[in-house]
Amino acid sequence: MCSLCGVLGGGGHWTDAAARPGVFTRNVDPVQRRRERAHRIACAGRVLVYYGLTLSDWQASSFVLSTATGKTELVEDLGHLWAAAEKLLGRPCDPLDPDLIIRLEGASA
Amino acid sequence: MPDPVFTPVNLITGFLGSGKTTLLQRLLADPALSDTAVLINEFGEVGLDHHLLERIDDTMVLLQSGCLCCTIRGELSAAIRDLHSRRERGTVPRFRRLVVESTGLADPFPILSTVQADPVLRHHFRLGNVITTVDAVNGLGQLARQVECTKQIAVADRLVLTKTDLAEAEGTDALVERLGRINPSAPLWRAAEAPLDAAALLSHDLFATAGRSEAARRWFAAELAANDSAEATDHNRHDETIHAFALSFDGPVDWTLFGLWLSMLLNRHGDRVLRVKGILNVADAGTPVAIHGVQRLVHPPIHMSAWPDDDRHSRLVFIVDGLDRGLIERSLGAFLGLAPPFSAAVASGTAPALAPSASLRSPSRR
Repeated sequence: MCSLCGVLGGGGHWTDAAARPGVFTRNVDPVQRRRERAHRIACAGRVLVYYGLTLSDWQASSFVLSTATGKTELVEDLGHLWAAAEKLLGRPCDPLDPDLIIRLEGASA
Repeated sequence: MPDPVFTPVNLITGFLGSGKTTLLQRLLADPALSDTAVLINEFGEVGLDHHLLERIDDTMVLLQSGCLCCTIRGELSAAIRDLHSRRERGTVPRFRRLVVESTGLADPFPILSTVQADPVLRHHFRLGNVITTVDAVNGLGQLARQVECTKQIAVADRLVLTKTDLAEAEGTDALVERLGRINPSAPLWRAAEAPLDAAALLSHDLFATAGRSEAARRWFAAELAANDSAEATDHNRHDETIHAFALSFDGPVDWTLFGLWLSMLLNRHGDRVLRVKGILNVADAGTPVAIHGVQRLVHPPIHMSAWPDDDRHSRLVFIVDGLDRGLIERSLGAFLGLAPPFSAAVASGTAPALAPSASLRSPSRR
């Protein structure tokens, strides 16, 4: 556990799978990890903007999820991201929400 | 031979009276399980007397086949930790596989998540095939009344149909057809009519075969063909909320966007996504990446050594409870369509604008 933020370490989410033979992961070396973190923040930002949320890096070990009014949650991985977003918003974040889908389709057009 | 780093854990599940114990009795005597530890609910039910070689303690016996058989007392995670600890201390034989028998009413998901979520177990064990027994006499009725029964079938990698010698052929055919609609890709064994191949049931799993290209090709070709054929005969049925469907899409997939989408879907609808599996053409991966998940639990992605066939499309099979196929397809397409040219460069460190956004093949219903 991180003594500063209280986040439990090594959650083992499948998108951060430990590098071992036969497993696909970008959690291999520091450069690849940082590259993936930057890409993850960019990708998540394109969805989170729909909810008025932003994601940023925190010490290259966690993420900070923030509302426009400054409420924040520390997020360790993608497994925690959406639960934290729902907690901040007080409503569900549903990828099958037709309004969200229309917005994302418009964003990629 | 050195011990495998990760000991595979197989789950044997099935509804009350569906023949789990009979299946275990047959497997326990099989030399293929000589280096296996089996966690069962009660020694008495399995009738071990004629197999018994040595009683280690109240909860653990060694069988003539070399199989270590233990009863579960208390928490499953504690039982597996205890077994692991004893193995490391050398007080029990060095088993190379663990088989867990679930109780008949159990939702299999918590058992599976125990292995993957426990901070100790996940570094020493990995999930293997889930084997579900289905009673040919009572299976249709149980499916109609008990949601756990349907979940047990949906999460299965192997289905074992029991009591076919006692059931009417017509009823058995209807049950087999129903099983094919719930979980089209799980191979089906008829326990009463054919010898059980313990190795095929337990050890031929995705992780074990992914590194061997020929085996992996056969495995995926069979899985995907089963889904295609089942779906071709199934698309007009609307009377069941639990159903399987396959999506196929063109172009390289941005791995990060896919992870973002699937983790969002499972966070909101994990209890209704009974199963997701398939192969992805990941933008910078070279060879396909296999995905395999049960409800909110997704196994570590497998980097396969080769494509199963000439088709380079990404293919995903879902078994869902009441979720709209069209919305899932559109949602995935919208997320994958977000991949801007910069993403390929950032993600892979290679030249930009080379990875076009993935687009769902239309029409994808085949």
